Amino acid sequence: MGKNLFQKVWEKHLVRELPSGQSQLFIGLHLIHEVTSPQAFAMIRELGLKVAYPDRTYATCDHIIPTDGRERPFADPMAEEMMQSIERNTEEFGIKFFNPESGAQGVVHIVGPEQGLTQPGMTVACGDSHTATHGAFGAIAFGIGTSQVRDVLATQTMTISPFKVRKIEIKGRLGDMVTSKDVILHVIRKLGVNGGLGYAYEFCGEAVKNMSMEARMTLCNMAIEGGARVGYINPDEVTFEYLKGRPYAPKGEEFEKRKEYWKSIASDADAEYDDVVVFDASEIEPMVTWGINPEQGIGISESIPVPVNETMKEALEYMKFGAGDKMEGKKIDVCFIGSCTNGRIEDFRMAAKYLRGRKAAPHVRALAVPGSYEVKALAEKEGLDVIFKEAGFEWREPGCSMCLAMNPDRLKGDQISASTSNRNFKGRQGSSTGRTLLVSPVMAAAAAVEGCIADCRKTFGGVK
Amino acid sequence: MKLEAIRQVKGTAVPVPGDDIDTDRIIPARYLKCVTFDGLGLALFFDERFGEGGKPLGHPVDAPEYKGSRFIISGNNFGCGSSREHAPQAIIRAGYDVVIAGSYAEIFFGNSTTLGIVCVTLPDAERAELTALVKKDPKTEFVLDVEVRTLTAGGKTYNVGIKDGARKAFLDCTYDSLAQLLTGREQTAKLEAALPYRF
Repeated sequence: MGKNLFQKVWEKHLVRELPSGQSQLFIGLHLIHEVTSPQAFAMIRELGLKVAYPDRTYATCDHIIPTDGRERPFADPMAEEMMQSIERNTEEFGIKFFNPESGAQGVVHIVGPEQGLTQPGMTVACGDSHTATHGAFGAIAFGIGTSQVRDVLATQTMTISPFKVRKIEIKGRLGDMVTSKDVILHVIRKLGVNGGLGYAYEFCGEAVKNMSMEARMTLCNMAIEGGARVGYINPDEVTFEYLKGRPYAPKGEEFEKRKEYWKSIASDADAEYDDVVVFDASEIEPMVTWGINPEQGIGISESIPVPVNETMKEALEYMKFGAGDKMEGKKIDVCFIGSCTNGRIEDFRMAAKYLRGRKAAPHVRALAVPGSYEVKALAEKEGLDVIFKEAGFEWREPGCSMCLAMNPDRLKGDQISASTSNRNFKGRQGSSTGRTLLVSPVMAAAAAVEGCIADCRKTFGGVK
Repeated sequence: MKLEAIRQVKGTAVPVPGDDIDTDRIIPARYLKCVTFDGLGLALFFDERFGEGGKPLGHPVDAPEYKGSRFIISGNNFGCGSSREHAPQAIIRAGYDVVIAGSYAEIFFGNSTTLGIVCVTLPDAERAELTALVKKDPKTEFVLDVEVRTLTAGGKTYNVGIKDGARKAFLDCTYDSLAQLLTGREQTAKLEAALPYRF
C-alpha cells in the first residue's frame, strides 16, 4: 500500500518519539512575525538559549503595521514597541528580517511563498493559524502558539502527534467567476467548522489541478477554518513553475535535483486515506457568509437557512439578518480586498479585471491592500492601482489590515463589510459589533460596485 | 509558568455557554498588542463582558457568585480560530485552570496544555447537567482527578475525556515541552544534516 504526502513528509522530519507519546518533529522552515514572537524570544533569552538554526528562520511584520503612513515611530506606541521588539530580536539572534525597507515585507503567508522559501516536502511552522497556506506547495505547515514558537526557535523542533488524512476531491470544472475561495467556503459549510479536527486535508481533483498556485494557497489557507490544522496539495508542474527563479528557491542543476525530491513526496496513486470526501465543482456557486463562523455561508442564489441550533440563532441576532433572507441586496458599508487569504497578485488582477471602468457605490468605503511589497509593485507595474483608485478604492501599503484589525484599519459600530479575509467571527474586524461577510475578490468587487451583496455573475455579465 | 505536576484540581465552576467560542472572542485582537503576556487576564472575553463605554453586560465571569472559579464549562469546538496563545494565557491569568467542553480546536488545546490548563471533554448532556448544578448552587465544588480521569461534583462522578499525551504530561510534569525537546539536540542535528533542503 502506498503512502500519502503527509505520511512521507512526517517520516522524513520525525526526530523521535517522546516519552509523553507525542513526536518530536523537525521544522524545515520557521516563519515569524511581530505578534506571536516577542514573548518567545523573551523566554529563550531568559533561559540563556540561542536560536538553534537561524538560517531556517525568517521574519516579517504584518499584523500591526499601518497600511497608510509608515513613518517611524508609528502613531500607536504599542505597535511601535512591537516593531522595535522584532527588530531587536532578529538582529540579536541573526535572523533575516523582511522589514519594510527590504522591499519584501508583507503578510507572512504571502512573503514565504513569493521568496521561494516555501517548497514541497517541507515542514513549515509559524505562530499564525493560517500557516496552512503553505500546504499549497505540498508542504506540511502548522500554525502554532507562542510556546511552540519558543520551542522551534530553541530547537527547530516541536512536539506534536500525527494527524489522520482526509482526501477532499473536487471533481469537474468550476463555473465562471467561481474561485477557490468559493470552493473552500463550500467545503467548510458541508463539513463544518470542526469537521477537520484531528485531520490533515489533502485537496485534489480536476478543479484543484487546474488552479494556479495563488488559488491553491487560498484553498489551503482556510483549511484551519474547517478545523483541519493542515491542508495540502500534491506538488506538480504548476508548483515547480511557480518556484523557478524565486530568490530562495534552488537554481539550475540544484533545482532539477530538488525537483526529484519534490516529486518523490507526492501521494502515491494507491495511497491510503482515513477518509475520502468528493465534491462536484459544478455544484459550487459564488459564496457569501451570513453568520459568525465560516461554516455559516450559502451560495449567492440561496436564502439564509432556518436556525437549527443555538449558534445559528446567535448568528442571526448578531448579524441582524432573518432566516429566509437573501444575501443578495444586503447593503454593505465597507469592501476589503486583501489578507493572507486573498491578498495575492492574482486576487487583485481578478478584481481589477471587473472593476475597470466601474465605480464603487458612493456610500462604500473600499480598501485594496496588497499582501506584500512585491504584490504591490507588480500590481502597480500592471496599472492595477490606477484601476482600483479610479473605482474609488484606497490603494494601501502591505499588511494584514482589516482582516483582524490590530492596526488602524477597522470597522466602526455595526458596519457591514464584504471581505476577502478568512474569519467572520464576532468583532473580528475591529468593532465589537461589526459584521463581516466572507466573499471572493470577484464577489467583493461586485459588492463594492452595487453597494450591496450581489451575484458577481449578474453584475459583471457572466450569466446569460 | 507552572512547574509542578497536575494531579488534581479543586474549585468552583463558571458556565460560559455557546459552541465554537473562537479565540477572537476569548481575547479580542486589539489586546494582542503587547510584548509580554502580563495583564492579559483582564481582557478575557472582553467584548462579551463590556459594551460601549465599558458598560458591564452581565457576563458570567463577572457575576459575584462565580468569582474565584477555577473551572470553565463551555460548548463544543472551544478555542477555534486564531492560533494566538494570548487566549489560554488570558484564561490562566484570569485564574482558570480547567476547561470542560465538548471538543477543542487543536492549536488551542496544544497551547493550553503547554501552559498547564487542563482541557477535558464531557458530552453535551453531562455538561448541561453540570451547568444546571452550578446555576442552582454556584458554590458546588468540582474535583478533577487527572490520574483516574474523573470529575466529581454534586455527589456524582463523571468520566471525563482527556488525551493520553496531555494526561501523562500533567502527571509527569512534562507539559512544558522545551526541556524534553532540548535533550534531543544530537538526533535533531543528525536529521537536519540529512534533509534534502536548506536555504
